[in-house]
Amino acid sequence: MNAPFGRRACEVTDSHASGGYRVFSLSDPEGPAPEPGQFYMLATESHWEGRDGRPFLPRALSVADATPAPRSRFGSHSEPNLYGDGVRLDFLVEGIGPGTDRLCELEVGERVWVNGPLGNGFSMPRELSENAAGAILVGGGIGIAPLALLRRRLSARGVPFRILLGFRDAAHSGGLGDLFPGCQMSLASDDGHVGHHGYVTDLLNAMLEGDDARSAAVYACGPPPMLDAVQALCASHDVPCELAMESPMACGFGACYGCAVPRPDGEGYIRLCVDGPVVRGA
Amino acid sequence: MPEFCGIELAHRVVNASGTFDAIAARRVYGDRLLEDFPFSAFVSKTITLEPRVGNPPQRIWETPAGMINSIGLPNKGLDGFLREDLPLLGELPVPLIVSVMATGHDDFKRMVAALDERGEVAALELNVSCPNVHSGLIVGEQPTETVALLEALRPLTRKPLIVKLTPNVADPAAVAVAAAEGGADAVSLINTIKAGAIDPATGKPGIGVGQGGLSGPAVRAIAVAQVRAVAAAVELPIVGMGGISSGADAAEMLAAGATLVAVGTESFRDPRAGNRVAAELSKRSERSP
Repeated sequence: MNAPFGRRACEVTDSHASGGYRVFSLSDPEGPAPEPGQFYMLATESHWEGRDGRPFLPRALSVADATPAPRSRFGSHSEPNLYGDGVRLDFLVEGIGPGTDRLCELEVGERVWVNGPLGNGFSMPRELSENAAGAILVGGGIGIAPLALLRRRLSARGVPFRILLGFRDAAHSGGLGDLFPGCQMSLASDDGHVGHHGYVTDLLNAMLEGDDARSAAVYACGPPPMLDAVQALCASHDVPCELAMESPMACGFGACYGCAVPRPDGEGYIRLCVDGPVVRGA
Repeated sequence: MPEFCGIELAHRVVNASGTFDAIAARRVYGDRLLEDFPFSAFVSKTITLEPRVGNPPQRIWETPAGMINSIGLPNKGLDGFLREDLPLLGELPVPLIVSVMATGHDDFKRMVAALDERGEVAALELNVSCPNVHSGLIVGEQPTETVALLEALRPLTRKPLIVKLTPNVADPAAVAVAAAEGGADAVSLINTIKAGAIDPATGKPGIGVGQGGLSGPAVRAIAVAQVRAVAAAVELPIVGMGGISSGADAAEMLAAGATLVAVGTESFRDPRAGNRVAAELSKRSERSP
């Protein structure tokens, strides 16, 4: 479904700290519900341009969860994309600059300009390979966000999945309890504070060496070195993968050509906003 | 209804070249885009004779009240544009202005001649912020180069020729006078202003190729001054642009001497900025006689 043309002001319904990050929720009465992997361009309605004139551009954030808004007359929460209007959007944000810092300060009741949902979402495993019966979700740091909505989708479709998440340290482990409540998952941390003392890609490697992993598709989001490692592991095990990537973005809808990343399959560049942010691993 | 170079327009707000991709936007937003098209004419992203992939990342950098970009004119080339893009742009509900750039008169002439034959094209904008490969000079920075280019292109088409002026000169009005002498029908200004930033994390330029062009509200006062200077020097209609994000900004640009205004960077923040600026402008003119 197409995004509504233009930006709309949506009310903040929740905002709280979560392991060094913030989780905030917006009420989007116009919908539509996003696909897992899609993103929104966000800017606060007031006090966006701060004392030094920044932030100026909206910020691109992957949607971490989407549920039919309470006012919805539909009962099921399993597949929010079926409903045309009224959705609560959850985002995970880390304050790393003027834009994300401002989003970390959001207060319940204030309004945020929303443009989206934008970009291409994740495919289902069978769409990536006829043999792919299940999914392996690999997330690093703030990159766990889009995998949360993907998990919900896979669950609703009855697709088996396993979750592997990695963190630098406790301060970069936000969103776990909020976005993956009650989920079975394997964790890794660079500092060993939780789970495997090492990289999440160690866990992926061990899993791909196992018997049944050849029938899986891998979905990854995280820092570029992690995505490179995931892509290399999947290529060497002949397992299809999709990567949710990130790039500075001015517009999010193909207008500015600013979010160019090298074309995975050859020369030139793609615009991550309209040709991604989910791209097929080489 | 405002008139521009013989073209009737629904209002005075168009887009700045390279700041709105109507084909991509239609894929994102669907046909709602056509029903509620933000601009009274659509200016294409600049095309060149041969395809270009554009500059390596990073291409954009946020600045106080603006941004720097160095995109590098990625485009399909003239043939790809004519074959793939022009039919889709022809479906837009507004007149189409095609922006062209070349590094020599021969390439420029081939593009103008090819576009002259296409009924979808209402007018041409000449992006002259490029070097002439023969002289090595930036055409739009030299009145003599500008008049020579216009004299070469003018006989090839009766469609309006709009010259996009660069702000990176001491006297933009002198270049506007040269464009008029060469037979231009209108001028548009300002293009982006040369600018750079250093990434505090690396100590290196924030833009991959080292520098780029500044746009957004940060440049608006410069644009107003340059439009005013050009308006005093030539009789040609002017498309004024540079940081316009509201009806008040547009009114200021019109008061400075512009016939039309173009919205650029603001569309990145608000895809319907064109509609909004036009509505705010119309409300203002209802209020004042």
